Amino acid sequence: MSTIQTSLPRGVAISEPSAWVRLKTNRNVIALWFMLPAAAFLILFLAYPLGLGVWMSFTDEKIGRSGVFVGVENYEWLWDDSIFWLSVFNTLLYTIVASAIKFAIGLYLALLLNRHMPFKAMIRAIVLIPFIVPTVLSAIAFWWIYDSQFSIISWSLIKLGLITQNINFLGDTSWARASVIIANIWRGVPFVAITLLAGLQTVSPSLYEAATLDGATSWQRFRFITYPLLTPIIAVVMTFSVLFTFTDFQLIWALTRGGPVNATHLMATLSYQRGIISGRLGEGAAIATAMIPFLAAAIAISWFGMQRRKWQQGSDQ
Amino acid sequence: MSSVQIRDVRKSFGGFEVLHGVTIPIEDGEFVVLVGPSGCGKSTLLRMLAGLENITAGTISIGERVVNNVQPKERDIAMVFQNYALYPHMTVADNMGFSLKLRGARPEDIKKGVARAAEILALTPLLDRYPRQLSGGQRQRVAMGRAIVRDPQVFLFDEPLSNLDAKLRVAMRTEIKELHQRLKTTTVYVTHDQIEAMTMADKIVVMHDGIVEQMGSPLDLYDKPDNQFVAGFIGSPAMNFLNGHLKSNGSVYVETENGAKLPILTAPAASNGRPVVYGVRPEHLELADDGIEAEVVVVEPTGSETQIVARIGTQDIIAVFRDRHEVVPGAKIHLRPRASAAHLFDKDTGRRL
Repeated sequence: MSTIQTSLPRGVAISEPSAWVRLKTNRNVIALWFMLPAAAFLILFLAYPLGLGVWMSFTDEKIGRSGVFVGVENYEWLWDDSIFWLSVFNTLLYTIVASAIKFAIGLYLALLLNRHMPFKAMIRAIVLIPFIVPTVLSAIAFWWIYDSQFSIISWSLIKLGLITQNINFLGDTSWARASVIIANIWRGVPFVAITLLAGLQTVSPSLYEAATLDGATSWQRFRFITYPLLTPIIAVVMTFSVLFTFTDFQLIWALTRGGPVNATHLMATLSYQRGIISGRLGEGAAIATAMIPFLAAAIAISWFGMQRRKWQQGSDQ
Repeated sequence: MSSVQIRDVRKSFGGFEVLHGVTIPIEDGEFVVLVGPSGCGKSTLLRMLAGLENITAGTISIGERVVNNVQPKERDIAMVFQNYALYPHMTVADNMGFSLKLRGARPEDIKKGVARAAEILALTPLLDRYPRQLSGGQRQRVAMGRAIVRDPQVFLFDEPLSNLDAKLRVAMRTEIKELHQRLKTTTVYVTHDQIEAMTMADKIVVMHDGIVEQMGSPLDLYDKPDNQFVAGFIGSPAMNFLNGHLKSNGSVYVETENGAKLPILTAPAASNGRPVVYGVRPEHLELADDGIEAEVVVVEPTGSETQIVARIGTQDIIAVFRDRHEVVPGAKIHLRPRASAAHLFDKDTGRRL
């Protein structure tokens, strides 16, 4: 009988790789090195400002004077501030109305653009124009369109004999809210339309043919085929749309600066006004921080909405 | 179930005509296979039958009714698509019951209809799954189930097996044929695979460049192809064609350019010296001492038979033998065509003589 030697004879030392060599060849360590530039970038430009902003909201920092920790004093102050609550209301109104209409128009446009029609490529390009014009530039154009004296809309309606005097678009509370919402819709529709169009094009035409043979009308094809297949993309595009609209600043600031009588002040513009213009950084930061729960809620809704779709997950039971 | 009449049907896309007057009578309960190479117009014809494409000219009728201007959903037909076109967001049961649901059937009737079709296709354990969770063959069966549930006048199949692997394709072929024998629903089946056509069809319609080259039973087409195209398309490996001249002075035969004499039984009258194409199927060649001399190029054994590619002059010829001959590449062999199985075609028109 022979025995098989399973251990090394005593005294023979196998040279173990040194700790440094093992570290150098470890895949996780290498991965860490590759991640570092991106991580540094994100920490420096995203995490740090966010953290600083949140920290600032707990201080009484002002421009030119470093603050001290004051706990939730800024928030207590805001809780009793009617203008803050007005800005919250304005932001919710602005976001909900604008997003809903952007979705409706965007989906309609996407369905239209998905058909075969002449000059399809050119029309698709034209639809994108509002999206590529710089916000401030389009805001200035809207400023003129909404001007109390020279508005082209007022002028046209007067010429048509529908009204007798100019509409004070940006001077009247309700008109001002409607006006900024319309300007935002004009800017936001192309993003929704083009993204949904991309989604529509992933739906195989044979599904529509199969549904047609199964006896579906065009409404039923939309209801039972297009819409359910598009929901993942709708969830993503609407999450983005809501986030962009909720945090909108440029358009409001260029058109109304929050006026008249704070009727169009959004949380973002109010935060800027209190924090930068009035110099009360702590309070401005608190307003900005107060936006976080709303945004987190919007993301959570779309996240859980997306998780429900079993048919997308490829698990083999 | 009902008959289908396709009469002088034409189809143009823009100014380009792809179907040049196609007439195909289809009897009640018949299994008809449209076969032809890519771009021959067979799928277009099927889609016109389904109502997914307009009919430029001619008429298509299902049963007694001309359906040229009838909406697809009113035609009472069901189609199985090449990519199955299963609704990815619906379970197998919902996929199969969708048409009944649209028709406004009661939930218990839908359930009953789906259960019946599922039983026929052995899909019952899969009814709650989503298409993603199924294999290719299962998806194929669901697509057929969706068609069966509707109990239509006509089944249409558009290359349904081309996304399956070879082994599954053979199995599904049998399954579809068995299904047809059981349900006896009029079926129009499009494929580019002549083996599928041969094995499944009651009637094969060979199409090429927008016209019908020939239609008939599989063995008719195999034994008596009307023209050189059908002769070359039906049968695998394909028929061998040799150019030559007909000789009918005393004995009749075809003489090739390099002097080989190919046997035939009879020659058309007054045809001495006429240029012809001599066609012979690979299995109708035998090894002999007095045949055409050829040099073996490749030997391909498949177990049940052996395929030999040999070269005559500059032309390759394929022969299939059931016996296992000892031949090696480079060897000289003599091949003798069986005269009774030879086909003659006109050199210019390709018509059968």
